[in-house]
Amino acid sequence: MKSLAELAAIREKMKDKVVLREGSGEIRVVVGMATCGIAAGARPVLNAFVEGVSNAGLADKVMVSQTGCIGVCQFEPVVEIFEAGKDKVTYIKMTPEKAAEVIEKHLKGGAPVSEYTITNAIS
Amino acid sequence: MKELSLNILDIAQNSVKAKAKNILIKLTETADSLTLVIEDNGCGMSKEMVENVINPFCTTRTTRKVGLGIPLLKLAAEQTGGSVNIESVSEQVDPVNCGTKVTAVFFKNHLDFTPLGDIVSTVTALIQGSPDIDWRFEHHLEGGSVELDTVELREVLGDVPLDTYEVIKWIEAYLQEGYDSVK
Repeated sequence: MKSLAELAAIREKMKDKVVLREGSGEIRVVVGMATCGIAAGARPVLNAFVEGVSNAGLADKVMVSQTGCIGVCQFEPVVEIFEAGKDKVTYIKMTPEKAAEVIEKHLKGGAPVSEYTITNAIS
Repeated sequence: MKELSLNILDIAQNSVKAKAKNILIKLTETADSLTLVIEDNGCGMSKEMVENVINPFCTTRTTRKVGLGIPLLKLAAEQTGGSVNIESVSEQVDPVNCGTKVTAVFFKNHLDFTPLGDIVSTVTALIQGSPDIDWRFEHHLEGGSVELDTVELREVLGDVPLDTYEVIKWIEAYLQEGYDSVK
């Protein structure tokens, strides 16, 4: 049975980490969660990033957040990746499977998966 | 929307955008009906705006941020013989008691009833996206209730944000266990 005691344990474990977290966010993963995104399947994509980033040990470096409509509803689910000093990368028609690949190759490996980007779709 | 829980995720985002500090999501089920209430203490809407958001053909620039969310919820409810009602007090009218309450009634035995789907995933996505809001979730089923209040969690967690991965996973497991024990 899940108990509040477990949350207290998480708090204890996080004591040192919270400080780290505030200085983090080198990379920001933003998932479009407006009506268009949600209808197209953004919820499982968001979950895949939240889980995947943590499982890949990237939680201190990568922040996963949500936003409203990005403006390209026909390409939803849309995910934008912001990294200081680099151009924004916009991934389109995302799925949990593609998310796993982006975590591995882009967030971990540093190389955007160009075939899933908007640049690839419109050029 | 393939699941009602996706409509709920979508409509609750309006409360987030309305800068609500508290958001309640309440589901009450009987043998043949499901009533959804989403209530917030955000900035509210004017009377004109309330009339506009419920009619998809009346969209103006100011209502565009609401867009298709409410019409899709209305469709989902009305196609089961149910309805959607919106009550709102604008902060311009009453800065203390402002907020919006969306109520939707669905009839579950109707052929066009959209299943609730993965509501746990909706709750965790909302908390992950807006960890500073006080969320209250209640689902009253015939066999019992599943409830979560982030105020209680925060008391235990202290400074640890609700969007910490371990916390989100705890919430997910907690709700799942709640449903397992009710069903």
